[in-house]
This record gives sequence, C-alpha cells and structure tokens, in this order.
Amino acid sequence: MASICFYFQVHQPFRVKDYRVFDIGRDSEYFNDDSDRSINNKKILNKVAGKCYLPTNAILLELLNKHPEFKVSFSFSGVFLEQLEMFSPETLESFQKLVATGRVEVLSETYHHSLSFLYSADEFRRQVKMHREKIKELFGVTPTVFRHTELIYNNELALEIEKMGYKGIIAEGADHVLGWKSPNFLYRPRGTQNLKLMLKNYRLSDDIAFRFSSKDWADFPLTAPKFANWANQVNGNGNVINLFMDYETFGEHQWEDTGIFNFLRHLPGEIYKHQDNDFVTPSEAIARYEAVGELDVHNFMSWADVERDLSAWLSNPMQHDAIQSVYKLEEDVLATCDDKLISDWRKLQTSDHFYYMCTKWFNDGDVHKYFNPYNTPYEAFIAYMNVLQDLRLRVVGHPSYAKKIKVKELS
Amino acid sequence: MFGWEFPPHNSGGLGTACFGLTRALAARKIEVLFVLPKKVGVSADFMNILFADSRKVKFLEIETPLKPYVTSDGYIHERDKILSDIYGNTLMQEVRRYAMRAREIAKKEKFDIIHAHDWLSFLAGVEAKKVSGKPLILHMHATEFDRTGGQGVNQDVYNIERDAMNYADGIIAVSNFTKQKIVEHYGIPASKIEVVHNGIDECDYTDIPNKLSELKRAGQKIVLFVGRITIQKGPEYFIRAAKRVLEVKPNTLFLIAGSGDMERQMMLEAAYLGISDHVIFAGFLRGDDLNAVYSVADLFVMPSVSEPFGITPLESIIAGAPVLISKQSGVSEVLTHALKTDFWDTEDMANKILGVISHRSLWQTLWGNSREEVKKVTWDAASKKCIDYYEKILCDCGVASDVRYI
Repeated sequence: MASICFYFQVHQPFRVKDYRVFDIGRDSEYFNDDSDRSINNKKILNKVAGKCYLPTNAILLELLNKHPEFKVSFSFSGVFLEQLEMFSPETLESFQKLVATGRVEVLSETYHHSLSFLYSADEFRRQVKMHREKIKELFGVTPTVFRHTELIYNNELALEIEKMGYKGIIAEGADHVLGWKSPNFLYRPRGTQNLKLMLKNYRLSDDIAFRFSSKDWADFPLTAPKFANWANQVNGNGNVINLFMDYETFGEHQWEDTGIFNFLRHLPGEIYKHQDNDFVTPSEAIARYEAVGELDVHNFMSWADVERDLSAWLSNPMQHDAIQSVYKLEEDVLATCDDKLISDWRKLQTSDHFYYMCTKWFNDGDVHKYFNPYNTPYEAFIAYMNVLQDLRLRVVGHPSYAKKIKVKELS
Repeated sequence: MFGWEFPPHNSGGLGTACFGLTRALAARKIEVLFVLPKKVGVSADFMNILFADSRKVKFLEIETPLKPYVTSDGYIHERDKILSDIYGNTLMQEVRRYAMRAREIAKKEKFDIIHAHDWLSFLAGVEAKKVSGKPLILHMHATEFDRTGGQGVNQDVYNIERDAMNYADGIIAVSNFTKQKIVEHYGIPASKIEVVHNGIDECDYTDIPNKLSELKRAGQKIVLFVGRITIQKGPEYFIRAAKRVLEVKPNTLFLIAGSGDMERQMMLEAAYLGISDHVIFAGFLRGDDLNAVYSVADLFVMPSVSEPFGITPLESIIAGAPVLISKQSGVSEVLTHALKTDFWDTEDMANKILGVISHRSLWQTLWGNSREEVKKVTWDAASKKCIDYYEKILCDCGVASDVRYI
C-alpha cells in the first residue's frame, strides 16, 4: 500500500516598502506600499487569491465532496492569515470551509515564518504558540505535526519539537541526508523517543511544482494518469509519498493555461484507479506507519535551491548583518510591551526579507530574481536596514526604555 | 581603423576603448592599420611600443587639432592657440579636411574593412569607403543626444552622424541603450546595428598606489564622481545628493575628479548649498592618480543623464570601489551587481549612498560580487563580437574571407 500525503505551504510575507533613510523617525508604517510594484502586499494578496487560492480551494472542495476518502493538509503562516483577514476575508472563509470537512489537516509552524529557531529559542517558542492560538481561533483545530520555515531542519530542532509535544515533523528528503534511503518511509530523528519524521519526495513533488509546464522536460506533458502510475510504482518499496509544495504552484507558479487545474481535478480519481493507493494526512501517516530507522541530520537542511541548505537566507554579509541586527533588538523590543512595536519587529523576522537579499545567483536571472519584488538584493537590504533603524528609534524613545536604562544605572 | 589617442594621453573613455579593442583584435590575429590625429608631444612610436610584440598594429597620423569631445567653440579656441593656417577655420571645416587626408591614406594602404570611432572620424571613414570601395563600419560611442543631454543638439554634427550611418554598411553601438537612441533619433533600422559592449582588462590596473589613505584617517567616508563636468555626466545631481547625504552623515567627503565647462557652476552650487567644505574638486585625473582615488573611495557614483556605455564604473570596481550608476547608461546592461538609480532622483541616490557608507556588510557584498562580475566583461569578448561582425558585413558585401586589414 502506498499513500499520498499532500501538504501545501501557504505563506505571504509583509514586504517592506521602499523605505528611505529620510523616512527614519518620520514614518513608522513599514508594510503599506500602495504603488503598482510587487511590494504592495494588498495587491499581491488579491492577485494570488484570484489566480490561485480561490480557484484551487474550489477544486479541492469539489474533490473532497466527490471522493469521501480524499485528504490534504495545509500549513498557513500567521502573517498570511493576518493578511487574509485584512485584505480578503472571502479567501479565509474558503479555507475555513475546507478545514471544516474534517479531512483537511492544518500543520504547526512559527507565526511569522521566521528563522527564530536559529537565533532565539525563546522567541521561536513564543511564535509557535502564537501560531497555535491563531489556528485554533480561525479553524477550531490544534495541530499535532510541525513543519518549520522553508523545511529548515536538523536534529536539534527535532528534539525541541518533541519536547513541545508534537507527534511528527516534516522535512526535505534531501539526497545528501538520505543517501541510499528512501523518502517514502517514516524515520526517527536522532535523539528523539517518539517523534516521527516525514520527508518530502522532492522528485515527484517537483514534477508538479517546477517541471509541470516545462517543455524541455522529457516527460512533458504531465498528465494525471501518468503521475498516478509513477506513484503506484512506489507500492512495495515505500509507505507514503510526501508531496510537499507551495500552494501557489496551482495557478500562480503554473498558470491556469498550463492545465494545472485539470491535472489536480483528475489526480485523485487516477490515484484511486490503482487499488492499493489512497490519501493520508501527516498525522494519519504517523499513526499508521512505524519509523523504519533513525535519521541523523547534524547540519541544517531546507527545501530551497539545489543546495538544500541555509544559503538562500544566510550566505552573504548583508544577510547575516540584517538578521543579527533584528535579533539584537529582542530584549529591548519585548521590554516595551508595546503591541504594535513588537508586532512590527516580528514581521521583520519573516524569512523572505533575507531571501530577497540573496545574491547567490542573482546574475543568472533564476528563481531568486523571479521571487524578488525588489530591483536588486541591495535595495532590499537598504530598505530593511532603514526600517530597522526607525524601529530602534521607537524602542529607544519608548517610555519603558528610559525606565529600564535608569534601573540599569541604579544597579 | 580611424580612432583616437591611447591612454595615458587620452582625455576620456574613447581612447581607452580604442586601445582595449585594438589590443584585443591584434591578439586575435587581426591586422589593424590605426589612423589617428597627430598630437604634439605624442608620437606614433609611443603607440608602437604598446604593441611591440604583436607587430599586428601599424599607426598612421594626420596633422590636426581635432580631439575627442571637442565642441565648435572649443575647436576655434584650440586652433587660435596653435596659430596655424593649415587647419580649417571651423570645426566642421577641419573635420572635412581630416576626411580628405584620410582619403589620401586610403588610396595608398591595403585593408579589407573600415572601422571608424565616433562622429569626428565618420567623414574620414566615408571618404575611405568612397575611394577604396571597402565596407564601412561606424562605432557609436556616443550620439550628439548623449553629449548634449538632449539640449542644443548641433545640427551639423547630427547630420554627419545620420548621413554617415545611412551610408555605412554596418553600425556598432556600445549598448542597447545607444542602439535604441540611434533607432529613435536617427531613423536607422535596428537590423543594421550590432551591440558590442565595451570591456576592461584587469592587467591594466595592477599596483594601484595607496596614496590617499590619509583622507580616511578621521573615519571619513568618501564618495566619488569621475568624469567630465558637463551636462551629460549629471554633476549637479551628484552635488544635490551630496547635500542630502551630509544632512544625515556629516562625516562624508565628496570627491569630484574631472574638469569641464560646468566646473565653475558646480563649485558655486556647492557653495550655495553650504557644503563646499565637503566637496573636493580634484581636477582631471588619469593613470595612477585616478586609480588611487578609486581605491580610496567607499562608493563611486555615475549620475549620467545619458551614458552610452561608461567604462569608469568598471575601472572603479577593479580598483576597489563598488558603484552606484544611472539607469540611463549602457554599462548597467552588463553590471547586475551595482546599485542603480534614475539620474534625476537625488533622494533615491542619497538613500543608496547612505546605505553603502553606513553598512559595511552592504559594501562587502556589493563590491565582492561586482568584482567577480567584471572579470567577465573583457575586451577580448568585445573583439570577438567585432570580428564576427566584420565577417558578417564582409559576407553581406560579397567579399571572400581572407587575412583582414582593418
């Protein structure tokens, strides 16, 4: 028996506007660009809602109604949900309808889609808790499986996640970690007792997410029967095929005219044609299958780029400088107890900000450029650092900060 | 090839380009017959020394006061200094006289294709084609619209450019930016224009002297402008951005290396804005002096109103300073690791200058990446494109391939 486990990542950051040095001390709204540029968060959200979220949700609802055993799962970042509440309540409602079927699982993550685990364990735990509360509030469910920002993962994270009470965790099935092992089984993260690890089958996932419309690909065009056949081949040497991808694959990365919606519409029916196959959610897979062995992941891995490491967010001096600068403010920002200030600071932790500063393959016009709303990584950095400077002024100018300094001086 | 004097006797990027291209062509076994205006104190021997090894390049000189970037008024001024009656009374007359001399040379010498750089030598190229029947390629380093910033275009110059381009067999533009201008302003079909970006050879920038490091002792940040102080180069936008930068970071020095007809006006502008003590006019610099200012600078700014290519940012990167360049430039087509701005947006310019001088990490990333990128922008690559283009033009003109004299 081979089960298909779909998990879709749904995330939109609060992009920083073209914030100039002369705005410091004068303008404390960092995320309200209202131009035609793709740093206009409202514009982007509505565009993607129209092209992807709403039509894909409609198809999924149709499939859930048609196939009583069909299941999928989502991971929504808190900053995405917040933007839905602000800009597109109807989209939020359509997601709620899906979850209400009882066959759509919601995963846990950091509210701010952040890299906080790498810089502050306390902040990480706070953001996971915020996210759980948000999910409970909007969907009435409590996640039991964790997925970390951009599938960043190592042994240490697994230990922390087990301590926090989760049953399972999701990660990339990177070759350099798996070696000869298959991603189609569950594993036990090194050092944990009960936690189970599910790994992305990146070949089959990327067939849909990246290669679907590529005419240079030998297997083009990809049809639902073809894909169902490939999935069926796992039968006998794997338990679960983890198809993890950005939800924007449907309609946004792969446009409607590529036939991606029809593919999705027909896939469950084709999968069911092979008798032994079905769909599961991550928590079901974890309940159903045992871990076949231990997996030791010492260094961080992720699902980004060919390197599958942290280099998309943390490879050049600008990225390190920016992220260290934001976490340096932690103590002082939290001490203000100022909700707006703290919320702005947290929104600046979203991993996308550092991704936009990546210069790794900037001149090859690759995906980094495609996903970068700024003209250059340098402009992304300049706007971000200017904002951080303003935030710092707000902290220093806050009444509670003055108090704190006094206390320090007295002692 | 009709070109201009080489560094270090050049007065701008045109001479640098002629030198880089000729050397790279010679290295690719193209024989070049290089015709240029004779300059007092500079002999063809000097030019020959530069190519002593290859013996692929031969120089011929024509007596004339013509020099690159000359304007009509400037020409008369120069001619009067020489007090000679052999030269033409006006710039236009002299350009025609130069062309007639070029015609004599073309009658005597052997060559397969004619390659002329910039409008002052276009008529020479036209005459050489008339007398020899060989194909003519014009190399556009700048149009009259670039030189004048679009204001006060000289009709005679424009006519020479347009007529010569119509008459030529092929045109090389130094960027897509320039190609676009030629199509728009001169009505030349895009299919007749080949883009060959300029390059830079790192070997020309070794042993850069470290003579200005004193300037940085006081923790001062240095922002650099290099170029003729003329309307084309946008010096006033640099001064205006400087004013804004100084409001935020007073410990910054703005260095202007170059001279030109707007120099006095710029000094007055700096004084008017009350920032004279932070703006240094260093005059025209070349060679080691220029490399020294590049290497001491934290950022090089090229705010050109219209820059067909712009070799100086490449020089700056090799010598050690990252760059902020005008979007209205050809070099921005080959540099992705550069900050870019609209020349008129001095607020954005100041914001970016402040970004670089405030954050060491930005400086490191920007300079490190651009340094790698510049390694790919070579004269050899440019010469290869030129040779391919020669082949194409010769083929279009029905000439069989053989050893070429250019």
